[in-house]
Amino acid sequence: MTTPRPTALIAEDEPLLAESLRQDLAALWPGLDVLAVVGDGQTAVEHALVRRPTVCFFDIRMPALSGLEAAQALAEDWPDGEPFPLIVFVTAFDQYALAAFDAQAVDYVVKPVQRERLALCVQRLQARLATRTGDALQRSLEQLRALLPAAGTRPRLEVVQAQVGATVHLVPVDDVLYFEAADKYVRVVTADKEHLIRLALKELLPQLDAQRFWQVHRGTIVQVRCIREARREESGKVTLFLRGRPETLTASRLYAHLFKGQ
Amino acid sequence: MIALMPVLDTLPRPVAFVLRHLLLGVPLCVFIAAFLSVAFSDPFGPMLVYSLSVGLTCQLLIDGGRRLAARLLARRHPQGAALHRGWPGWHWTVPIILLGIAGGIQIGYAIAGALLGVKAAPPDIGNWRSWFIILTVCLVASLAVTGSLWARGRLAAVERDAQRAQRAAAENQLKLLESQLEPHMLFNTLANLRVLIGSDPLRAQAMLDRLIAFLRATLQASRSGTHSLGAEFERLADYLALMQVRMGPRLQYAFDLPDALRALPVPPLLLQPIVENSIQHGLEPSVAGGRIDIAARREGAQLVLTVRDSGIGLAPSPSPSGTRFGTQQVRDRLAALYGQAARFRLDAAAGGGTLATITLPLAP
Repeated sequence: MTTPRPTALIAEDEPLLAESLRQDLAALWPGLDVLAVVGDGQTAVEHALVRRPTVCFFDIRMPALSGLEAAQALAEDWPDGEPFPLIVFVTAFDQYALAAFDAQAVDYVVKPVQRERLALCVQRLQARLATRTGDALQRSLEQLRALLPAAGTRPRLEVVQAQVGATVHLVPVDDVLYFEAADKYVRVVTADKEHLIRLALKELLPQLDAQRFWQVHRGTIVQVRCIREARREESGKVTLFLRGRPETLTASRLYAHLFKGQ
Repeated sequence: MIALMPVLDTLPRPVAFVLRHLLLGVPLCVFIAAFLSVAFSDPFGPMLVYSLSVGLTCQLLIDGGRRLAARLLARRHPQGAALHRGWPGWHWTVPIILLGIAGGIQIGYAIAGALLGVKAAPPDIGNWRSWFIILTVCLVASLAVTGSLWARGRLAAVERDAQRAQRAAAENQLKLLESQLEPHMLFNTLANLRVLIGSDPLRAQAMLDRLIAFLRATLQASRSGTHSLGAEFERLADYLALMQVRMGPRLQYAFDLPDALRALPVPPLLLQPIVENSIQHGLEPSVAGGRIDIAARREGAQLVLTVRDSGIGLAPSPSPSGTRFGTQQVRDRLAALYGQAARFRLDAAAGGGTLATITLPLAP
C-alpha cells in the first residue's frame, strides 16, 4: 500500500515571494505537490477546505483574512475525521507574533526566507508527518487558542451605538445577549431587538469584558450569563441554548473547552 | 555658597529645601545686622539676634504665603504652569511681602526679646527715623530674596521647557524615521529583491536603485529642510515602484504634477506617510487592490496636494493596528512649519476609498 503524496497550499499576497517559496519547496521537497498558490486568506480557506492539503504555508499579513484568522477558520470548519493540515506561518516582521509563535512552538519562517531555514522547516514537517497521530488537530487547536487575540485588552465599551439613518440607538452592553459577525457588520442581539453596527468582530472583542463576554466562534461573542444550557455534540462542537431567545448558537471546537462542567 | 548648590541636590528634598533657604537668608541677615549696628552704633551681637529673628521669620511668612497662595490658585486654574512651581504672580506676591514684613517684625521682635531676655522693646523703637530704616531694610531684603527665587524658578522652568522641546524633537525625528523605515515594508522589499536577484537581475538592480533613493531621502527628511515638489513626487514614485514590485497588478498609480509647480519648495517626504496609509489601510486589506492618484494644483495663493485611493475607505473607528502616527505626524509637521496657514483633511472619496488633501501657502 502506498501512502498518498503530501500536498501543500501556499497563501501569500506578494506574487514574487509566493512563486519563490513554491520553487524553493520544489527543490527541497520534491515529493510535495503544491496544490495551489493563492493571494488572500479567504481564498486560502476555501481552497484548503475543498482540497485538504497536508501542509499550509500562510503569510501573516494578507488581505481579507490574516494568516492567523485563516488558520482559525480552518480549525473551526475542518471536516471531522480528516487529518488537519500542518500550518507554517510566514512573516516579514511581526515581533509580537514571533514571540507568541516561539512560546507555542508553532512552525514559522521569516521573510526573506533563507534556503537553510526552509530546509529545516521541511525536515520538521516530514518528521511530524512520519509520526503523525490523531491529535494533530488537538495540538493545532491548543496552539491557536493561545495565539488568537483575547477580550479585554482595550478600554471597556459600555454602550454600543447602532446607527439607522439619522437615528443612533444606544444599546447598553449589559443588554446584549450576543454579537454575531455578518459580512462587514456585526449583529447586536438583545432579548427583544436586533441592531447592526459597522465594526469588525475582532475590533469589538478587545473592548469587551473577558469575564462576561466569551468568544465561542470566530463569528460569535456571547454574554455568559445569557447562556442557559450547553450541549456537547459528537463532532466536538457545543450547541448553546439562550435565556430569552429561541435560537441556538454554536461554539466551535476551538472554544468548546470553555464548556466543560464543574 | 554657589559651590554648595550641587551638594544640596544629593540631600533628601525637605532638608535641601530648608538648607537652600537658610543659605540665602542667614548671610543676608548677618549683612543687615552689620549694617544696622553701624547705622545705629549699637553692639553687633544683639543686633544679629534681632536681624536673624526678624529676617528668617519674614522669609518663612513670605515664602510660605507665596507657595500657599500659588497652591490655592492652582486649584482654581490647573493650567497655570507658574502656579505649579509656586509662583502666584507679583500682584499676589507684593501684598504677601507687606503682610509678611508686618508679621515678621512683630514675631521676630518677640522671639529676639525672649532669646535675649529683654522684656522691653529694643532701643530706638520710638524713633520714626529708625522705624523707617528698619522697614526699608526689610522691604529691600524681602524683594531681593523673592526676586532672586523668582528668577531662579523661571530660569529652571525655561531650562526644563527647552529640554522637553529638545527631547520631543528627537523623539519625533526617530518616529519619522521609524515610520518611513517601517520594518514590515523593508523586509518584504528585501525578500522580493532577494528573489529578483536570482530570477531577473536587471529588475533587481532597478529595484535596488529605487530602494537606495528612497532610503537616502528618508534619512535626509528626518533632518528637516525642504526639497522641490518635483523631487517629492520622484521619491513617491520610488516608494510606489517598490510597492508595485511587491503587490503586482493589485497596485496602480498615477501622478499629476503641472510643470509650473515642479520647483516649489515642500517639506521632504510630507506626502509619504499619506501614500503609505493609502496602501496599508486602503489597498492592502482589499483582495482586488486598487489605484492611487497623487496630484498637485494651484488655487490662488495656495498649493493643493491630494492623494486619492480607491481602497476600502476610512474605518468607522481607529484601527488597532494603525497607531495613527502617519496622519498625526503630517498634522504636526504642517503646524510646526506653517502654523494656521496649512490644512490637512482626510475624507471619504467619491466612489469609495479615501481622499487626503493638504493645502499649503505658496509663499510661506
